[in-house]
Amino acid sequence: MSSANDEATELAITDPETAIAIASAVRAGDRSAREVIDTYLDRIAAHDGTIHAFNEVLVDRARARADAVDDTVAAGEDPGPLAGVPVALKDNLCTRGIATTCSSRILEGWLPPYDATVVERIEGAGGVVVGKTNMDEFAMGSSTENSAFGPSRNPHDTSKVPGGSSGGSSAAVAAGFAPLALGSDTGGSIRQPAALCGVVGVKPTYGGVSRFGLVAFSSSLDQIGPFSHTVADAAAMLEVIGGHDERDSTSIPQPVPSVTAALDQGCEGLRVGIIKELSGSGAGDHGVEGIAADVQARVTEAAERLEACGAVVGEASVPAAVYGLSAYYLIAPSEASSNLSRYDGVRYGLRVDGPSTAAMNTASRTAGFGDEVKRRIMLGTYALSSGYYDAYYGKAQRVRTLIIQDFAKAYEQFDVLLSPTSPCTAFELDAKTADPLMMYLNDVCTIPSNLSGDPAMSVPFGTGADGLPIGVQVLAPMLGEVDMFRTAAVLEHEAPAGGAAA
Amino acid sequence: MPDATPRGDADPITRDEVAHIAKLSMLDLSDEQLDLFTGQLAAVLEHAQDVEALDVHDVEPTHHPFGLVNVARADVVVPSLDRSEVLAQAPDVEDGRFRVPPALGEQP
Repeated sequence: MSSANDEATELAITDPETAIAIASAVRAGDRSAREVIDTYLDRIAAHDGTIHAFNEVLVDRARARADAVDDTVAAGEDPGPLAGVPVALKDNLCTRGIATTCSSRILEGWLPPYDATVVERIEGAGGVVVGKTNMDEFAMGSSTENSAFGPSRNPHDTSKVPGGSSGGSSAAVAAGFAPLALGSDTGGSIRQPAALCGVVGVKPTYGGVSRFGLVAFSSSLDQIGPFSHTVADAAAMLEVIGGHDERDSTSIPQPVPSVTAALDQGCEGLRVGIIKELSGSGAGDHGVEGIAADVQARVTEAAERLEACGAVVGEASVPAAVYGLSAYYLIAPSEASSNLSRYDGVRYGLRVDGPSTAAMNTASRTAGFGDEVKRRIMLGTYALSSGYYDAYYGKAQRVRTLIIQDFAKAYEQFDVLLSPTSPCTAFELDAKTADPLMMYLNDVCTIPSNLSGDPAMSVPFGTGADGLPIGVQVLAPMLGEVDMFRTAAVLEHEAPAGGAAA
Repeated sequence: MPDATPRGDADPITRDEVAHIAKLSMLDLSDEQLDLFTGQLAAVLEHAQDVEALDVHDVEPTHHPFGLVNVARADVVVPSLDRSEVLAQAPDVEDGRFRVPPALGEQP
């Protein structure tokens, strides 16, 4: 609980190392992976008691993996592009033999019998998993306050939330606990915490990164993606984790786009549209409300910088985006109510005994799920129930089609689109917990890309009136990661220095 | 459901309906939770009125971001999860199977 006694402390790392620099030094034999991981473990030991980015820090395992990377280098072999790079994993990514809780009591103590594909790929590339990060329970939330294990704190101001649901991962990177982290993004759960913590966060094209081993929330929306300090690090991570996986039937066959090669292409001639419905200027009849003025000012400034660098900037319209929030909060809970029916106390996780199987099922679910998860399961059960299906779930799916069509029209005129990532900067703990709908409004700018399946990312771009980070969202059409990263790289280069907004 | 007519602005979700949905969801809610959730779910559903009010009868629904068709892997035997490792995660097992309380017969 937040209180007046809380010290607002600044623990964000100011001169972070990049993953690319670490991997380069380790591969060259200039630095040992062991020395790298020990440096990060020391920082975690010093500050994670305050930040609570991690549910579990894998101290011994990380050191052993780092030693193995060093052995590989000593043997004259290449450990891979993430050689010796510490990576933090959201605690809904399965790690064999290591607790994977989704920050829920119902999975506390569960040891998955397999690794997620992304975990295999990271370790196959020489990455060192440093720990499992805190999150909103089952990725349902925008602040990590729905974690059964207590909230994480924003390293830029520990009296504020880090965003969510992947708030532990964004906080871990911002605090210098790992140069790279993975999260999952169902309605903005990578991009919004990235914006609030002043780091880069990417939701790739749906199907671009295998979901095998990602505990399911809303299967037609969930996507795994990276957090990092730099756009180049995010690109490097995406190239490691992306690409087809036959164990995920929704994995697309196309190879992961060569985003690293796009980083120095600049934005000359790139057509950039500011989404008017997600801009403060579009509020009222045509757009969403509640975009803070300082956030909107940074988006406008970002567009001006892109224009100065040769982009062709205009106003884009995605009219159905204003219905995204309502459609999402029918579709995602509907899919969640189905996905979370598997937690029944039979095969894994918490069991609370009862005289019958049905009583045991109900007692286990009642004890194991927190309030927000219960609300979403019930909302989905309602939206899918006979008599309401057409009015709610069915209509929401048709609105999803409208959003896809509106994006497609916008992309006839523009290569990428811009909007705020989050309508506001990081807020105080407990500011929105009593009102779920107010919490949901944090996702208003990020949800449309989940419904369409298109890629989108948040890039840090200056600070707000409160001195806290602001993220600008770059959106691109399906498999448009190259143009998205080109734009992001320019924004990163042109971003205003830290300090209060002008 | 007590009433299967899509609701208008005038009739927010009732406490009895929330209790019914909780039962369908295999959740046991306290009286306090029922009161709290009824108001919170009503607020979310009220926000969803803008979608419910749209005329989209001529728009096809989207179930998935791209036209997904069934994907089948090659019909060859591959190793599956280790049985003992999987069963080790179960709350209760007997003779290599998941054990549960009586599933048939008298319900409480």
